[in-house]
Amino acid sequence: MTRTTSSLITALALAIALAAPASAQDRELLNSSYDIARELFADYNTLFKAHWQEQTGESVTIRQSHAGSSKQARAILQGLEADVVTYNQVTDVNILAERGNLIPEDWADRLPNNSSPYYSTMAFLVREGNPEGIESWDDLVRDGVDLIMPNPKTSGNARYTFLAAMGYAQQRFGDDQAAIDAYLNDLLDQVQVFDSGGRGSTTTFVERGLGDVLLTFESEVNNITALHPDENFQVVVPEVSFRAEFPVTVIDDNVEANGTGDLARAYLEHLYSPEAQRLLAGFNYRVHDDAVQAENADRFPAVELLGVEAIAGSWENAMEIFASGGKLDQLQRR
Amino acid sequence: MQAEASSISSSAAKRVLPGFGLSLGVSLFFLALVVLLPITGLFIRAAGMGWEAFWFVISDPRVVAAFRVTVLTALAASLFNCVFGVLMAWVLVRYSFPGRRLLDALMDLPFALPTAVAGITLAALFAENGWYGQALARVGIEVAYTPLGIIVAMAFTSVPFVVRTVQPVLEDLPGEDEEAAMSLGASDLTVFRRILLPGLWPAIVTGGGLSFARSLGEYGAVIFIAGNSPYISEVISLMILVRLEEYDFPAASAIAAVVLSASLLLLLAISVWQERSVKRLHGA
Repeated sequence: MTRTTSSLITALALAIALAAPASAQDRELLNSSYDIARELFADYNTLFKAHWQEQTGESVTIRQSHAGSSKQARAILQGLEADVVTYNQVTDVNILAERGNLIPEDWADRLPNNSSPYYSTMAFLVREGNPEGIESWDDLVRDGVDLIMPNPKTSGNARYTFLAAMGYAQQRFGDDQAAIDAYLNDLLDQVQVFDSGGRGSTTTFVERGLGDVLLTFESEVNNITALHPDENFQVVVPEVSFRAEFPVTVIDDNVEANGTGDLARAYLEHLYSPEAQRLLAGFNYRVHDDAVQAENADRFPAVELLGVEAIAGSWENAMEIFASGGKLDQLQRR
Repeated sequence: MQAEASSISSSAAKRVLPGFGLSLGVSLFFLALVVLLPITGLFIRAAGMGWEAFWFVISDPRVVAAFRVTVLTALAASLFNCVFGVLMAWVLVRYSFPGRRLLDALMDLPFALPTAVAGITLAALFAENGWYGQALARVGIEVAYTPLGIIVAMAFTSVPFVVRTVQPVLEDLPGEDEEAAMSLGASDLTVFRRILLPGLWPAIVTGGGLSFARSLGEYGAVIFIAGNSPYISEVISLMILVRLEEYDFPAASAIAAVVLSASLLLLLAISVWQERSVKRLHGA
């Protein structure tokens, strides 16, 4: 016991002694990111640090900060000096331009694919054997089917699901706005629990055993099936769904102050490299690199992906749906 | 608190702390720094939006429904705590049994535990597949993801307020009064009603009030067990968060200002009422 303790202390002291001088000289990069990307960026940071060292001979320290991306954006607006943001909502990056003037309005044009190195879509997770026979958006509003999704008011994840459902309803009912509204109204009515975030809904569905269908990111449903092999959950990817982008950008004002511009830009550009794209695909995200996408074709079924432009015209219009008194409030009013 | 207040008002009394002016100054300074400043900021922000916009935000049907749900559940939770908390304090003060100290220490756990942990644990226990949820489901009671779940979470996080305010008062109540009453033939109920309750009453109300005020603003514990169905089980702190998510800071401040004002008024009312009842009890 004592020996273990003392050797532990020695190891700790050694670790501190070794870490201290290195971090004193290293340049630091702060990545402000969304909640469930902790493991993803921990892996990517290792990859990037090796790449940067090889390219420039410089060793760098990368710090991560993770929380709901709206909360993260608020922190930056209030002065957190993050060098780069890697979010799961375009609107949370837009706000940095609109409210904070920290980045130019056309930030999305600075990197390929709308500055979104990877993307995902919204899918369904059902229980073993798919007892309710869920195959499409239509099946979700059948009587007796209980849905679990987060709250569109507090979660980007849920807003994407709502937009996906809206896109589907627009295709199905065309110009019949009343039918579209009725469909969306039914869908919301079938939701049993509105958790405040995506992970909360996962817990409700998996651990509490509530609901027949969980509506969340394709990447999340694939993670769940991998984490709970004995539950035999099944993934259902509908024919039509939403293209959920994961925007990244450099915070111009902050990198200028921190002297990290070159590093920050390289950090984000490297996300498009084949090795990074392969890593991202390993975390169940869809990627743009053709070779990597082909390698993983069996894991990502073909789906018609609708962007926000096709469904609502723009993010600005889309957010009006979810604002106070907007479409969502009208549908949920009773 | 009462003792301090009276020692300040009677100027002839000897002060325990030297340098009354200095100590009052320092405490007022810190109070201003940690309490008054943020509150003022909140009200300024809410005031900046104008009366009409303010009213528009707080009279939104969904917000009103959340106010109703929050007040009713907080009321139920604090009433439950008034009964259970007094019982708990009674057991801790008047009986000595093995494990009493442990129980006493456990009483503060809801304060020490991160509220999110409390909420997740309660949701796990009361969900239909949880330990309590299974048993309750058999008799047809659903707790998790209903307003009942909100009450459970609020009661759990705020019960120490009642226990810890009643406990010292109970310790000071002389056991002789009860014994005298009993020896004169009073029943247990009469002793409780005529001897104990008048002395405990102010402490119970204070504890209950604190418990209510805390429950009004509870977020972490409630959110995991509430189910958050619009108009049914959404609490007001969720409405504040929703406005924050929309980057609508004035609206968030407006709702928060209403909650804060309610809490402040309640605490002030209790304080005034308590001072009066103490004067009545001890003859000014």
